[in-house]
Amino acid sequence: MNSFIPRLELRDQNSTIMNFMSPVLAIILTLATSAIIFLIMGFNPIQTLYVFFVSPISTLSGLSELLVKAIPLALIGTGLAFCFKNKIYNIGAEGQLTMGAIFGGGVAIYFYDSNAYWLLTMILIAGSIGGVLWALIPAYLKIKFNTNEILTSLMLVYISLYILDYLVVGPWKDPLGFSYPKSRPFSEAGRLPIIFNGYRVHAGLYVMLTLVFLSWFIFSKTLIGFKLKVSGHSSMASRFAGFNQNYLIYLGFGVCGAFAGLAGIMEVSGPIGLLYRDISPNYGFTAIIVAFMGRLHPFGILLSSLIIALTYLGAEDAQLFLQIPSAVGFVFQGLILFYLLGSEILIKYRLKFI
Amino acid sequence: MKSLFAYISVLFLIFFGSVFADQKKVGFIYIGPPGDHGWTYMHDQGRQYMEDTLGDKVSSTYIENVPENADAVRAIRKLAESGHDLIFTTSFNYMDQTMEVAKDFPDINFEHATGYKRSDNISTYSGRFYEGRMIEGHIAGKMSKSNTIGYIASFPIPEVVRGINAFYLAASKVNPDIKMKIIWVFTWYDPGKEADAANTLINQGADIIVQHTDTYAPCQAAEKAGVYAFGQASNQESFCPNSHLTAIEDVWGPYYAERAQAVVDGSWSSQDTWDGMQKGMVVMSPYNESLMSADLIAEAQAMEEGIKDGSLHPFTGPIYDQEGKLVVEDGDVASDGMLLGMNFYVQGIDGELP
Amino acid sequence: MINFELIIGVIEIVMIATTPLVFASIGELVTEKSGVLNLGIEGIMLVGAVMAFITLVTTGSYIIAFGISLLSGVLMSVLFAFFVLILMSNQIATGLSLTIFGIGLSSMLGKEFIGIPIEGLNPWYLVILSFLIVFLVSYFLNKTKNGLVLRAVGESHTSAHALGYNVILVRFLSIIFGGSMCALAGFYISICYAPMWQEGMTAGRGWIALAIVVFATWKPRNVLIGAYIFGGVTIIQMNLQAIGLRLPAQLFSMAPYVVTLIVLVIISSNQLRIKLSAPASLTIPFYKGR
Repeated sequence: MNSFIPRLELRDQNSTIMNFMSPVLAIILTLATSAIIFLIMGFNPIQTLYVFFVSPISTLSGLSELLVKAIPLALIGTGLAFCFKNKIYNIGAEGQLTMGAIFGGGVAIYFYDSNAYWLLTMILIAGSIGGVLWALIPAYLKIKFNTNEILTSLMLVYISLYILDYLVVGPWKDPLGFSYPKSRPFSEAGRLPIIFNGYRVHAGLYVMLTLVFLSWFIFSKTLIGFKLKVSGHSSMASRFAGFNQNYLIYLGFGVCGAFAGLAGIMEVSGPIGLLYRDISPNYGFTAIIVAFMGRLHPFGILLSSLIIALTYLGAEDAQLFLQIPSAVGFVFQGLILFYLLGSEILIKYRLKFI
Repeated sequence: MKSLFAYISVLFLIFFGSVFADQKKVGFIYIGPPGDHGWTYMHDQGRQYMEDTLGDKVSSTYIENVPENADAVRAIRKLAESGHDLIFTTSFNYMDQTMEVAKDFPDINFEHATGYKRSDNISTYSGRFYEGRMIEGHIAGKMSKSNTIGYIASFPIPEVVRGINAFYLAASKVNPDIKMKIIWVFTWYDPGKEADAANTLINQGADIIVQHTDTYAPCQAAEKAGVYAFGQASNQESFCPNSHLTAIEDVWGPYYAERAQAVVDGSWSSQDTWDGMQKGMVVMSPYNESLMSADLIAEAQAMEEGIKDGSLHPFTGPIYDQEGKLVVEDGDVASDGMLLGMNFYVQGIDGELP
Repeated sequence: MINFELIIGVIEIVMIATTPLVFASIGELVTEKSGVLNLGIEGIMLVGAVMAFITLVTTGSYIIAFGISLLSGVLMSVLFAFFVLILMSNQIATGLSLTIFGIGLSSMLGKEFIGIPIEGLNPWYLVILSFLIVFLVSYFLNKTKNGLVLRAVGESHTSAHALGYNVILVRFLSIIFGGSMCALAGFYISICYAPMWQEGMTAGRGWIALAIVVFATWKPRNVLIGAYIFGGVTIIQMNLQAIGLRLPAQLFSMAPYVVTLIVLVIISSNQLRIKLSAPASLTIPFYKGR
């Protein structure tokens, strides 16, 4: 009887093959499952999958939209890797993103009629500072009071959203905006330039790619990356090796806050151009999934951010071309996430039929 | 591989081949699901009316649940790129997003609901819903026993403030003792919170509930407590038959048909439409005969006629603001400019705008 | 002059508004006590809400709707448990995925049921039930041997395992209990609180429940206090508005979260107290092989 039930056995070493194969397996499984679901729902599975995965990026504009959506996800996901590698579970990136938008947006609104060349730089710097400050709160509380960072960072998300809400309904309301809850539009000098005319992908792409590459370099080639890895593996070993735990915690939160804050302000000064209450479709939370899907490797995160972004685009195309309700898109996304997360086990463990 | 691609392309051609060469495509962006029995539901009714009226001359599609952030731009672009000739964006916060996309697609016509930014290829349209508020106010003034009206408001924007003022002016005219209790819930959509607000108002003595939020939860709460209520956006009598007096219905169908016809004829041009009862964009649901006296129904119907022929205007002077300043001279009516930017309560309403 | 009738009315509204928060947070509390963080509350609540509504519309029976709603919560949490316990996927990412999945699944299932009028169930049955469950959970966790085992598993799964307890089974059951409570919260929302089905109608209450568990310092009875503070703040704010007072609603609504943060810091800074409350193995997966 027993022999039919596979048993998990820990591998001596993480499987390199599975590191690459498990996402592929997950995608194949997702395709198979969703094909069945679409068939049951009465849609042609091949056509539906085509609309979900190929048609959204079959045009230049589609590719540009994919990148627009992936920029914040990849950036925040990479930032989160600095925490997650060290087993520090910062789940408050959404709050750090919001604070970045508030700080940077504050500068942009204060200089709303300025066309100074330094304005954009100032805005981006202010945004990163906002993210860092907001991220350092849970870091400080963890180090000083041993407070669980999962919960503090989550509480800070709610608080930051209420602060943004308060600002755009109250003091930062556009005086010319018929009292709608939104701020003044940023001046042209405060907007991130777009890369190709007629498409929406903006200079944030360069920022994101640079930081992803830099993070890869830090993780794989520097002592800090090594320390994060060792510390995440065993805090005991890390302490024996004389690594300063607190320093690593501050570093992780600081980098993540900076990345998330930057993602927030780039979203606001890029595609949006003003502040209002609904700036992020939960990028900060989705990025957590992106980070784990990417196995905390910057290039993996970049890839998974593109996959997640594609599911959003695909869901819209499916609505438009096949009248599939938007809800199916969410279900579909959920499936992909489950398979990708579940398949991770094959990296660390092997199935044994004994 | 090549044959698979060919297969898919053929599938695609068959699928979209049904589109007639000269048929105009009309796209809609919805903030919620078409089944919400509120705002989006009425827009979708309008879309269907347009299809029924124009028959083969148009085909239409929609994307639902589009968040009011950078994602909206992508959804609108998607419609623009997929060959739509006319695009309706049906929520105020799509304003800047519509502007952005319309700039890149000068040959496509856009229609933005409830906004104020126009260009060569963007029209705006909205309904004079405050005309209906006047009738509701009159009915409430006559029917309230406790002389207390409970008003559930969403955001302090001119649209909502206008409704409150129009309601109060009419109510206090027939009942000088009338008092308004206003709760701002800062959401359009949260059935639980809307019900809480209704119950709070009823508990504080309100015997008629007015709402400017999207779901029928307040009306249900009124039904349960045995007080009267007015529906919102669509006829909600089926949810609260023993409390529903009437509702202000948003009727978009004729307008959508007219604008789509203009595109078919090639006569479309940018304009600003703000229609009310006269053009049938604002319609009162059937008055509840088992709750209202025949006389009162006759009065309400007479008011409708008056509004339609222009002899009656909800904002006829003298109107004072809360500080006692005369804002509309005796005998004058408020200008559209004042109505569009209305951000003050009229004299007699307690409390101040948030 | 105090108007007692008015005050009693306010209390009633607070209780009706707070009950879904009580259900969701007491369920999450038990799950967290066993060392598992389930961020899928919102998704399970929505599925519970839609299944309750669909069942009520099709069968007309509150009892069957109640049962099916609970069952849907169980199924959703079995899915979660399978991933985090058997496949050992990351709890945070899996919980978030479950929320996305639940939002989609509930809207997909409920598409044809939006705008069907139903007769709401009197909320007071469930209000009373919520108190009952809180006290039962409190009794279970503090006074029974199995409750002790559950807490031990959440505290240190390796020691619990060494003592011969089945860590996976305990966590599995805790997750299922948590999930069914979330579904119950959903049932309450779509059948009693605002009797209707609308997409995403839980409007973020699942996330508030997470905060309440922390505020309650993982003590069942404190869940009542926490939930009533979080739920009460909104209602009190509405009452102040209705009598004509103006206040920044956002800052008012934010206050409980700030308080939660402070509470969290205070209990954490005291080593002894954190030991008594927060489960030490929260989010750490357990593998028997090592």
